[in-house]
Amino acid sequence: MAQADASSPKSNYNATKDELLKYYKDMLLIRRFEEKAGQLYGMGHIGGFCHLYIGQEAVVVGMEALKKEGDQVITGYRDHGHMLACGMDPKGVMAELTGREGGYSKGKGGSMHMFSTEKKFYGGHGIVGAQIPLGTGLAFANRYNGNDSVSLTYFGDGAANQGQVFEAMNMAQLWKLPVIFIIENNQYAMGTSIKRSHAETHLYRRGASFGIPGTEVDGMDVLAVREAGREAMEHARTGKGPYVLEMKTYRYRGHSMSDPAKYRTRDEVDDIRTNSDPIKKCENYILSGKHASEDDLKEIDKEIKQVVKEAADFSLESPEPDPKELFTDILA
Amino acid sequence: MFDDKPETTRMNMIQAIRDAQDVMLGKDENVVVFGEDVGYFGGVFRCTEGLQAKYGKQRVFDAPISESGIVGAAIGMGAYGLRPCVEVQFADYVFPAYDQISQEAARLRYRSNGQFTAPLVIRMPTGGGIFGGQTHSQSPETLFTHVSGLKTVIPSNPYDAKGMLIASIEDDDPVIFLEPKRLYNGPFDGHHDKPVVPWSKHPKGEVPTGHYTVPLGKADIVREGKDVTILAYGTMVFVAETAANETGIDAEIIDLRSLLPLDIETIVESVKKTGRCVIVHEATITSGFGGELSALVQEECFYHLEAPIERVAGWDTPYPHAQEWHYFPGPARVGEALKSVMEAV
Repeated sequence: MAQADASSPKSNYNATKDELLKYYKDMLLIRRFEEKAGQLYGMGHIGGFCHLYIGQEAVVVGMEALKKEGDQVITGYRDHGHMLACGMDPKGVMAELTGREGGYSKGKGGSMHMFSTEKKFYGGHGIVGAQIPLGTGLAFANRYNGNDSVSLTYFGDGAANQGQVFEAMNMAQLWKLPVIFIIENNQYAMGTSIKRSHAETHLYRRGASFGIPGTEVDGMDVLAVREAGREAMEHARTGKGPYVLEMKTYRYRGHSMSDPAKYRTRDEVDDIRTNSDPIKKCENYILSGKHASEDDLKEIDKEIKQVVKEAADFSLESPEPDPKELFTDILA
Repeated sequence: MFDDKPETTRMNMIQAIRDAQDVMLGKDENVVVFGEDVGYFGGVFRCTEGLQAKYGKQRVFDAPISESGIVGAAIGMGAYGLRPCVEVQFADYVFPAYDQISQEAARLRYRSNGQFTAPLVIRMPTGGGIFGGQTHSQSPETLFTHVSGLKTVIPSNPYDAKGMLIASIEDDDPVIFLEPKRLYNGPFDGHHDKPVVPWSKHPKGEVPTGHYTVPLGKADIVREGKDVTILAYGTMVFVAETAANETGIDAEIIDLRSLLPLDIETIVESVKKTGRCVIVHEATITSGFGGELSALVQEECFYHLEAPIERVAGWDTPYPHAQEWHYFPGPARVGEALKSVMEAV
């Protein structure tokens, strides 16, 4: 992984104070939300699968900075960060995790399956790679409708091996669809390292045989993400077709909640936490640019913790869904 | 002088499945084991843990997340004499491979006039009860039983799991080997609010060491009774036992174990004796395997039936997340059906 030094941030990204503070808050919200979700899981309030996004925050927040009204987002099962970045209500997301009526899918979807038409978030998909053709279809609809919206289609390094990735990429380039294939390469498909499962580990080359341009990005740096994303967005939005962004990133927690973690060393995780953390890096940009003081940042953290606490309280107070809900929304 | 080596070992279902693969890897050099996370990581449910270390990366290995490719490659290996035993991480992930299973694996023997076969086993954890939601809880068995040229089996305990997996690997045809994931660690009785009873406390957790087989196509009468026959498989076997115990109805419970080939003789003999039949499965009811069973029982036992056949199954809904236990056909629903068939006449 390209490991930029957190202590000497690049300065040529030209981010304003307001932008940096917004990215910081958005990333911190995801981090604190996920930490709380992990706690609620440990206390037995969340059951089943729960894939935390901690460590990967810069990817969605950096891309979100480039979105325009109408752009869509679709992703796999590690989806909480994408929803929060889209502006979905943390209460509704947390209540879906606890399986309550106040959840975005009334508890019927759970952690992996949530949606918001208002925020143009198209899920939340539990089957690895299944969302990629769907994201391509969203892009087709954009082109068909003659708008200039872009479909941000996220998936992981593991999903990049599914056959449907290549079917979708071929169609996207053939029909010049405005879709960005954002590969969040956190280096492990559950417990299998990319080296053990990918013949070509440079995933930005996945679209090469279709002539789709691709870029490798430091996904631990929100400004690097924004910078690379800008070019991809411009490409897609102006009718040039799809683009591949390989975000080199890292998840700190296990794949889901029960993960023996034998596939990597603690040192590896600690090293990235210490030297490449995306939130620390953003903090560094802010402090070195004298945009805010450490006390200001502590205050922000306090506010965010309050938002997350309210989400957690809501997710426990919201009632269980009515048994009748089992039979609703199956067919019109 | 003293041979104190035990003839059996206490195992849960995960260990039994691992042991079956261990035995076959040791016995037949044509056996290979692969799938997502199967090699280095040892499988998401640990069913292949330690096998790569023991047999090497040539025989036990990781595959990319490419179910269609995994199954397709296994068919090619099988056609050339290997015996692949592949894992699809969850039954819910099998759909990209369905084309390969239904149109290649199942048909190779027929369309090559018996020259080529596909002697592969596709293992997959099936069913719910672990809060997996709609993409980690499904029971797709009828998608396979509807395809001629496949065998579809589903053990309900460690003893059967090991013996049937060995039989499946030795079988010359493609076998869909469904593993009820709620039973991996214990004979779940359907009461989700009670602690799990481990397999070490159940007689079927006593597993012979070494090689043995449980033949495919042979059902097991797990509880004898005279009032009503319950046809069940997988997770529902123990739910059915619980329902019989709680209602006090003298039910005969047949664990089908193998859906195709189906042990129709055992079923018919039992229903002719009891005159009543309740069919239980976790998959959605419409076009579920219970429909096939009901038709067969009606055809074979019509003049012996004293009550309409009842089916207890998952509702015709996607598998819900929060409302898992409203969906799951637990002991209360099975008990109602038992009472209903007893009161019918």
